[in-house]
Amino acid sequence: MSNQTPDEPVRSSDAVAIPVIERVWWREAWKELKKAQWTAKLGVVIILSYVFVAVFAPILTPYGESQIVGDAFEPWGDPYLLGTDNLGRDMLTRLIYGARNTLGIAFVTTILAFVVGGGLGLTAATLRGWTDQGLSRIVDVFMAIPVLIFALVLIAIFGSTVQNLIIIIALLDSTRVFRLTRAVGMNVAVMDFVEAAKLRGEGLSWIMLREVLPNILPPLVVEFGLRFCFVFLLIATLSFLGVGVQPPTADWGSMVRDNATLITYGDITPLLPAGAIALLTVGVNFVVDWFLQKTSGLHDDH
Amino acid sequence: MGKVLTLIVQRLGLGLITLIAVSLIIFLGVELLPGDIATEILGKDAQPATVEAFRKELGLDKPPVTRYIQWVGATLSGDFGNSFANGRPISDLIGFRLQNTLFLALMTAAISVPLSLIAGVLAALYRNSFYDRAINIFTLTSISFPEFFIAYILIIVFGQQLGWFPTLSNVSAEMPFSQKLYLCALPALTMTLAVFAHMMRMTRAAILNLLASPYIEMANLKGLERSRIVTKHALPNAWAPIANVVALNMAYLVVSVVVVEVVFVFPGLGQLMVDSVIVRDVPVVQACSMIFAATYILMNLTADIISIVTNPRLLHPR
Repeated sequence: MSNQTPDEPVRSSDAVAIPVIERVWWREAWKELKKAQWTAKLGVVIILSYVFVAVFAPILTPYGESQIVGDAFEPWGDPYLLGTDNLGRDMLTRLIYGARNTLGIAFVTTILAFVVGGGLGLTAATLRGWTDQGLSRIVDVFMAIPVLIFALVLIAIFGSTVQNLIIIIALLDSTRVFRLTRAVGMNVAVMDFVEAAKLRGEGLSWIMLREVLPNILPPLVVEFGLRFCFVFLLIATLSFLGVGVQPPTADWGSMVRDNATLITYGDITPLLPAGAIALLTVGVNFVVDWFLQKTSGLHDDH
Repeated sequence: MGKVLTLIVQRLGLGLITLIAVSLIIFLGVELLPGDIATEILGKDAQPATVEAFRKELGLDKPPVTRYIQWVGATLSGDFGNSFANGRPISDLIGFRLQNTLFLALMTAAISVPLSLIAGVLAALYRNSFYDRAINIFTLTSISFPEFFIAYILIIVFGQQLGWFPTLSNVSAEMPFSQKLYLCALPALTMTLAVFAHMMRMTRAAILNLLASPYIEMANLKGLERSRIVTKHALPNAWAPIANVVALNMAYLVVSVVVVEVVFVFPGLGQLMVDSVIVRDVPVVQACSMIFAATYILMNLTADIISIVTNPRLLHPR
């Protein structure tokens, strides 16, 4: 990044160049997207609309998140577009706030998992030797327990607050991120330019973040999509089981649980939050599929 | 053969070590609490005397190593201690439920394994046909759905609209076998859908992988029918990866059983575990999770061993 010539004109042209690069990047993405299969386009549209709903939840909703507006289980109709839930709260409002809460928690959790798992994975790949052995064996043991079961045990011990939930799931998920980061990082860490950086006397964090990380970014981006789906489903499942996000916070998993009795009367309202979960996972999977094909040149041969 | 035996013994040893490590984590996880489980459960404003009594009852006054050894010894002899919530011996709570869960898992395996293998072989046979594409889209979407979503859709379609199957699976010990089967139909179907996609896709991929090899081309050039090539020439060599993925999916059943049992109010181990997590009945949670984890490890071990004894490259390592 550092420029050899420190005179003014070069600086100003640098400053102009950055937004141009950015615009080109967006145009590139747009061009790629236009060429993509319909599934990828659909996926992008789905994801963007979820983000929109999550960001503008307070503006879009007619009522407050946990405001009781009428009787329990009112049918779909005029004041309550999708009826009311088991406590008489507006279903549509809860659904929209649910997008915000469920997505927000899943997003924070996935980022945390990537920071922890990715960081340790890079460390293991760069340092190798005992650090790698130690971390890998610990991760092996953690991965020997099914995630849902492990999460249930930890929740039973620590209690289910939102912070606990985020930390527990992020830690469990970081083992998977560790595995991948270590595996792809190993291949890069043995290359000559890394060796050169080591000989140059660069520190560990420089080698990890400036030499190895940029070269393993594509698989990590794909993994982020997949891990996000997984975390999102896990949180929804835990909430559905009644040990995840606690009331009165609106959350899709617990909304299914709270209103499940309606299903026995043939009412599909409780399926809406479940459908919202399913639709987003399908959308993310479509985009990840497209990204995978783009980055690896893979074709769906078998 | 000697080498294979060593490999298998190594895997078994590794499995045992994993099991011990897992039991350590599950048992000693409680030690990570800032206070201990007694203060955590009784709350911050509990009387010190109550906390002390509770601690004594749990044996928390002894050092963790002693407690761990005692716990392992008791667990191995089938004594899981008593529940926090109702003071009953945990082995009483578990016995009947474990049977139910095993029944459900076996039933699911009996449906899902043949079904997905046949579907996979057919997809490989009629590759790129309408059937192949349809089943690919179907499996791609079904793995994106949370299990409880699938379960409720099945409840609405088969339980509500068609009325074929009951929506609650409250089996009891004295029911005849056929009625148990009938009550378990929807939960078993839900779990089948959860594992079907992976097994079917792997079967298809394993066969298609082989179809590119020279000996298949030879068979092709001889003018054999495609169905004969797939079933007689490709399939026998594809068994190893298929068996492996089947074992892995049986391990996955351990997880999906928890959610499915809650949806269908099925009196199984998963239901017990979730109920105990809600009331934070730690000993029961530890016992259930130990059983689940042990099954999971055993299944993965089986998958490992299957891939050793069926893979010539592992049989004769370089």
